[in-house]
Amino acid sequence: MTLTTRLKTGIAVGALTALLAGAAGANTLRMADSSDIAAMDPHSMTESNTIGFLNHVYEGLVRYNQDLEVEPALATSWEFVEPTRLRFSLREGVTFHNGNPFTADDVVASLERAAHESSPVKSNIPSMASVEKVDDLTVDLILTGPDPIVLNYLTNIHILDREWMEENDALLPADMRGGRENYAVANSNGTGPFILESRQPDASTVLTVNEDWWDEPQHNLTRIEFSPIGSDATRIAALLSGELDFIMPAPLQDIDRINRSDGAKAIIAPALRTIMLGMNQTEKLHNSNLTDANPLQDRRVREALWRAIDMELIRKKIMRDMSRNSALLVAPPVPGYDAALDVLPPADAEKAKALLAEAGYGDGFEVGLDCPNSRYVNDEEICQAITSMWSRIGVKANLSSQTPSKHFEKVLGGGSDVYMVGWATLPMLDTYSVLSALLHTPGERMGAWNPGRYSNAELDALTAKVAVELDTDKRTAMMTEALKIARDDVAIIPLHQQPLAWAVRDGVNIPAAADNKPRLWYATID
Amino acid sequence: MIAYVLRRLMQSVLVMLAVALIAFSMFRFIGDPVNSMLPENASVEDRQVLREQLGLDQPVTTQFAKFVTGAVQGEFGVSYRNKRAVSEMIAERLPATLELVLAAAVFALLLGVPMGIYAALHPKGFLANTLNVASLIGISVPTFVTGILLILIFSVWLNWLPSFGRGQTVDIGWWSTGFLTVSGLKSLILPAVMLGLFQVTLIMRLVRAEMMEVLRSDFVRFARARGLSNRAVHFGHALGNTLMPVITIVGLQLGSMIAFAIITETVFQWPGMGLLFIQAVSFADIPVMSAYLVLVALVFVAINMIVDLLYFAIDPRLSVRA
Repeated sequence: MTLTTRLKTGIAVGALTALLAGAAGANTLRMADSSDIAAMDPHSMTESNTIGFLNHVYEGLVRYNQDLEVEPALATSWEFVEPTRLRFSLREGVTFHNGNPFTADDVVASLERAAHESSPVKSNIPSMASVEKVDDLTVDLILTGPDPIVLNYLTNIHILDREWMEENDALLPADMRGGRENYAVANSNGTGPFILESRQPDASTVLTVNEDWWDEPQHNLTRIEFSPIGSDATRIAALLSGELDFIMPAPLQDIDRINRSDGAKAIIAPALRTIMLGMNQTEKLHNSNLTDANPLQDRRVREALWRAIDMELIRKKIMRDMSRNSALLVAPPVPGYDAALDVLPPADAEKAKALLAEAGYGDGFEVGLDCPNSRYVNDEEICQAITSMWSRIGVKANLSSQTPSKHFEKVLGGGSDVYMVGWATLPMLDTYSVLSALLHTPGERMGAWNPGRYSNAELDALTAKVAVELDTDKRTAMMTEALKIARDDVAIIPLHQQPLAWAVRDGVNIPAAADNKPRLWYATID
Repeated sequence: MIAYVLRRLMQSVLVMLAVALIAFSMFRFIGDPVNSMLPENASVEDRQVLREQLGLDQPVTTQFAKFVTGAVQGEFGVSYRNKRAVSEMIAERLPATLELVLAAAVFALLLGVPMGIYAALHPKGFLANTLNVASLIGISVPTFVTGILLILIFSVWLNWLPSFGRGQTVDIGWWSTGFLTVSGLKSLILPAVMLGLFQVTLIMRLVRAEMMEVLRSDFVRFARARGLSNRAVHFGHALGNTLMPVITIVGLQLGSMIAFAIITETVFQWPGMGLLFIQAVSFADIPVMSAYLVLVALVFVAINMIVDLLYFAIDPRLSVRA
């Protein structure tokens, strides 16, 4: 490639990039993400970009298809033989990358590994009690209680080869207490459409196509070369110079530039993640001039704060027309969403002021506003805009923007008045995720992300019913009702669904996925 | 002599301990690693259990004592994010950073010293003035801007050099080198220029000032009086005396280049220690951060100590006082 590069330096850039792509091999996809894959062990972490990448190497019993519906993967079918016993028939003739056959033993060992007491992903399969082998191609998953979304969880639990784990002393996921490494962290042996060829952390991870994959390939890739590039400017430069075929994410402010350039274009699609503002509902505010009462406990005040935010302006000016304003806490693909409820009235500062006056806060008040500065798309800018919008109705927001790890430490520690948080409902892809984590009264494994301690008996009761209802239609109706209650009570202020923004070189076709996990087994290069 | 070395060693150990303690007390302000280690739907109880398992609920002094005990045995724990031994991760990244710093230092010397000599010998010349102005720009432009400009020109417009990464590397034992492949060398150019640019201007200005000083001294005048040629005076007598302080400064600068490589490595996705550190900060990966900070402190302390010992060897006055 070096020689060809030298020969071509005189030619125009556009032609050159096209030729370089040819030189790198027609079916090699060179991609970059903003951060590296954390580890190759699918049960050692829960970072969604890593899981998204590992989906190419490992597979679960079921998987999400392009429309985010559960479809068979390593299991061909399943049925509830009892309400708490889910029987899976496994796919025949599947082999791992090292040639070992895929059997029920592998499923048992993998699920036990993922749900092990020391596993960091055990809360991604919360209802599993145990798993039993029935015969070589049949497995029973025993649940602690009825769980309508157990399949959604299983899309995220990858299956490893039992023999391989035994040989390499990797039957348990990496244990932080023991301070010892796990073989599976740097090596892999899955059943997926691509095989790990080499990996240099922070530099490159190379996958080659699995010729023996059980599924009919819809892609035409032979090789994937993954590099992490943390700097936005460098990532885009590498795409425009023809060194890369696919980048994610593409910063919104550079979308125009990418689309104007020769040979590259952006892929913009609505994503699942809903950005919202949670509120302190306890007796006292942390960062305010008011010490005797918490105005946020008053529904009218919460509504005033919501009405004062001009989401249309934020969409146009900050999100460059690429976000989707939302009046609900979940995105349209999430079961429970109802378009009829998702109606956002235009911002109305006068109405907001009237509501504040009615609640007895006509002179306004001070309140703390906490924001991450690099976790969500343009998070800090959005909070700055909200600060000035609130100042128009007399509410002075004391804005504090911090790094994500600082921000979430403060928020989850309960030290925040109003805080930004984004929720994609993954891996469940279900409204229950919002109900159980964000809206339920904290305690007994519920409300882990409800540090403002919002509490609504009606919602709690509905959540408990949703958790065990196996009739899909009834369950969806209940979730919709819960979303309506949360909206009418302004439990949390929804802002928008942020867009996913990728960019590819011309001739590369990758279907957008709302969960921001590219599925390259559907990707083609012309 | 032995007493002096011992005393110096003791001081170094104290400095290292102080650095480690400061680093450790700062970790309380970077956030809670537990939140990024567990899934979003993990319960409050799960988070608390993990926090206890990692010892994060213990007082800072206890955590620090544990860290120092491990560190003196070369044991830095396991990365929270990558779940790998930190000592291994650092050893893996060390060659990349050292090769980058070496290349940048050589670039800075090869360019800076001749430019400085020229500017000293022709202080009023047009070229010397131009170099002076250019060096001012070199000192004042932030390095990441230089880096992005270099990428824009040489990668995007001209398509000559790669914009990121280290190219192909060859493993020699545990050391991975980019010096032996064409793509490795090409990848090295832009980052080395970015990291070395500030040093070029520094060395050039230093050499110029020192040399002008030396040229005014008595022994240069006597050398001229002896009728030696300009060439012999400039390069035989003046240059040697000029370079002594320059070498000291460059030696000390090596330490800061290792530390400043963070920015270069971030811009060019150079897989070195600085990049590792930056990622560790955003994840609050305490084992990686503490190991990196201690290592950088060690480099500084070691360089300082070597310089001190060299002075001791060269300058007889020090041994009298000792």
